[in-house]
Amino acid sequence: MAEALTTSEKPLPIGSAGKRSGGWWGVMALIATEGALFGYLLFSYFYLASQTERHWPPEGLPRLLVPGINTVILLSSSVFVWAGERCLRLRQPRRSLAAMVAASLLGAGFVAIQLGEWHNKPYGLASSLYGSLYFTITGFHLLHVAVGLVMLALLAIWIALGYFDHRRHAAVTIGGLYWHFVDAVWLFVFSALYLFPYLG
Amino acid sequence: MKDAVETPPDRTLARIPEVGSAPIGSDAERYLSELWESPPGWRGWLSTVDHKEIGLRYLVTSFIFLLIGGVEALIMRVQLAGPDRHLLTPEQYNQLFTMHGITMIFLYALPVLSGFSNYLWPLMLGSRDMAFPRLNALSYWLFLFAGLFLYASFPLGEGANAGWFNYVPLSGPEYNTGPNIDVYALGMVLLGISTTVGAVNFIVTLFRMRAPGMSIDKVPILVWGTLTASVANLFAVPSVSLAFFLLWLDRQNGTHFFDPLNGGKPMLWQHLFWMFGHPWVYVIVLPAMGIVSDALPTFCRRPLVGYAAVALSTMATMLLGFGVWIHHMFATGLPALAISFFGATSLAISIPSAVAVFAWIATIWLGRPVFQTPFLFFAGFVLLFVIGGLSGVMTAAVPLDLQLNDTYFVVAHLHYVLLGINVFPVIGGVYYWFPKFCGRMMNETWGKWSFWVLFIGFNLGFFPMHVAGLLGMPRRIYTYAPNMGWNTVNLITSIGSFVFAAGVLIFLANIAVSLKRGALAPQNPWDAPTLEWAVPSPPPPYNFAVIPLIASRHPLWEDRLDAAEGRSNLQTGYLLMDGRETLGTTALDAVPDVILKMPDDTYAPFFLALFSSLGFAGLLLDWNRFTFLMTAAAGLSLVAWMWPRQKLVQRVPGVSRVTEAGRG
Repeated sequence: MAEALTTSEKPLPIGSAGKRSGGWWGVMALIATEGALFGYLLFSYFYLASQTERHWPPEGLPRLLVPGINTVILLSSSVFVWAGERCLRLRQPRRSLAAMVAASLLGAGFVAIQLGEWHNKPYGLASSLYGSLYFTITGFHLLHVAVGLVMLALLAIWIALGYFDHRRHAAVTIGGLYWHFVDAVWLFVFSALYLFPYLG
Repeated sequence: MKDAVETPPDRTLARIPEVGSAPIGSDAERYLSELWESPPGWRGWLSTVDHKEIGLRYLVTSFIFLLIGGVEALIMRVQLAGPDRHLLTPEQYNQLFTMHGITMIFLYALPVLSGFSNYLWPLMLGSRDMAFPRLNALSYWLFLFAGLFLYASFPLGEGANAGWFNYVPLSGPEYNTGPNIDVYALGMVLLGISTTVGAVNFIVTLFRMRAPGMSIDKVPILVWGTLTASVANLFAVPSVSLAFFLLWLDRQNGTHFFDPLNGGKPMLWQHLFWMFGHPWVYVIVLPAMGIVSDALPTFCRRPLVGYAAVALSTMATMLLGFGVWIHHMFATGLPALAISFFGATSLAISIPSAVAVFAWIATIWLGRPVFQTPFLFFAGFVLLFVIGGLSGVMTAAVPLDLQLNDTYFVVAHLHYVLLGINVFPVIGGVYYWFPKFCGRMMNETWGKWSFWVLFIGFNLGFFPMHVAGLLGMPRRIYTYAPNMGWNTVNLITSIGSFVFAAGVLIFLANIAVSLKRGALAPQNPWDAPTLEWAVPSPPPPYNFAVIPLIASRHPLWEDRLDAAEGRSNLQTGYLLMDGRETLGTTALDAVPDVILKMPDDTYAPFFLALFSSLGFAGLLLDWNRFTFLMTAAAGLSLVAWMWPRQKLVQRVPGVSRVTEAGRG
């Protein structure tokens, strides 16, 4: 590129604005490394499953109804987060706030149902290899959901305080990306823990 | 905080960047200094986010760890100098070689390169700071606390004792009941956080913070090296953090990941560890190779030969580096197909390394080398790299490796590559950039002495190890019988290690004296081509009074090279001074894109690191309530940090219902 060295004549946005803000790059890098973390978790799961001689899972094939409903709940929360950001762009901060609150409630519902699932398991973290894997993997995911919920709550507070509008809302974009990532990861976790045993 | 202007066009949200110049001593330059200076005293010390301050801290801290690790090695060499010596008990020896490995690999080798990169990146890229200055401070504090954490139990005789690679079941709950391995496991997870946030910072800095005109094919090779290492860290570090976390669960919470009695697999540990461990080998050498690629041409009086080839070979090395981890596990009884595949990839990795080596040799060959101290270190590095690389090719051959596995040959190989490719460029880099860091030159005579003592001591110490390995001497034994034929080589190795230590002492004495009495350094003492030499030595707190406009790879050599691309402009450029500001550019072409608001000094990173580290200490000591409290405190520090600020234009202007309380 041999462009002439002239200085910018156009006004440039100030601060963390635009689609590719510093925080956007940062959260993308975070997602890459967190995605790798879940990749290694699932690698461990499949590696150990491939060499086991035990029942996998010990209680027989997993029931899909409740986890399936829970998956739908989590995915729909992502839609609300997306809507929240879009409403900000369309200059509808009230609707945006409502969408964020709805997303947070759905996320909290996911956590509640997942904790119920934990409670219903006849084994614990230390009972068997499968138990160790199941609780560690879902526990890691639940932790990410919890962090995401705190983020959604903060975003909702900041929207309520009127910090963001159609011109400035990078934080909402960035927080939303993280939430979508947590949801996408759940699909992989769900496939590994609930659908994979049906293949065997 | 300025009053927000309500009427569009809103100058708080967008403006045409001012263009001008700000020579030293002008009003604008003095104002910039005030803006970017950290407050004096301990407050500034704890709250600074200046990349130069943080980079120097990284360098100093990692050098202290280097000395500690070196003393550990010397004690071991005294023990091994002759047969049947009993200076150390087996347990003490185990802890010494383990802590030596942990210290050198995790607390010296990467942090020292992070120090160089932290200090140099913004100066090389023509920016006023890193992309996330506060994150930068956090990564340093976490590194410091993790280092202290890893060493916390060592003085009590309870340090990690199963080798730095920490294989299960030896490190598992059955064979290792003390706190030794728990300290290692939790400390490594903590250190992993530091490495990760540092890596994110480097990546985003590269994509956003280059001076206008510095397209991706004009950045120095050190930047390529650190970028490649940082991307690798994103994908490699989670593996080892997870491995250590699972091990901690096995040890403290009765899980069965590595427990063969209940279906767990010890091999899972080796996979997870080496999936991280092998890429890590390249993480701690690629930035050091970048140091050589940038500094060597200065002393050869010509640009690096094959810039694009070297940049690409950097990335190719890393990509291949992710596909060779099994070569650490050749002797574990894996299927022959897997082993032959990984043997082949291990051989293939010598190709990109050779590209870099031939580029350096060609640069020396076609240039007019000036034999100053840094050049000696870089030239010595090339030689050691070749020797270490050749023994690497030998161990990549499976049949040979089965014979050499767990012998001193492997120890010799890894010390040739790690000392040869990390320590020599680092010391050369210190000699080279010391004037920039401190504003004074290092003593040339003592510099040459330190090089020759180091070089001779190193080869005297480590070359005989190859022989010891070929004679069958196993690694990690605390003593040996007198009739094995290993006495002479071990004595020579021990003598060599003390000569090497003397070289390190000469180097440190040179630093100490030069800090006080060295000749004052001009802006560009070596007549180097890259941008960090375009600012005074040491650089002012704002780095660049005006953001320069870059037209070539060697902005300071354009008067003597055919710069077909045009002339860079270092005197007149963007003069951003409405608070702490710098310029953001597009990812590939470096076209001005955004005026970035940079954060003020803040305590948030320090407290976040402190509370996280205390939380890990609580996990170690099983104080659950304390851990919970510290986690909450860390969370609050993070919320204070993240709170959208008017000053950084993260909020809509005109909202001032909430005061700027979240100063962290």
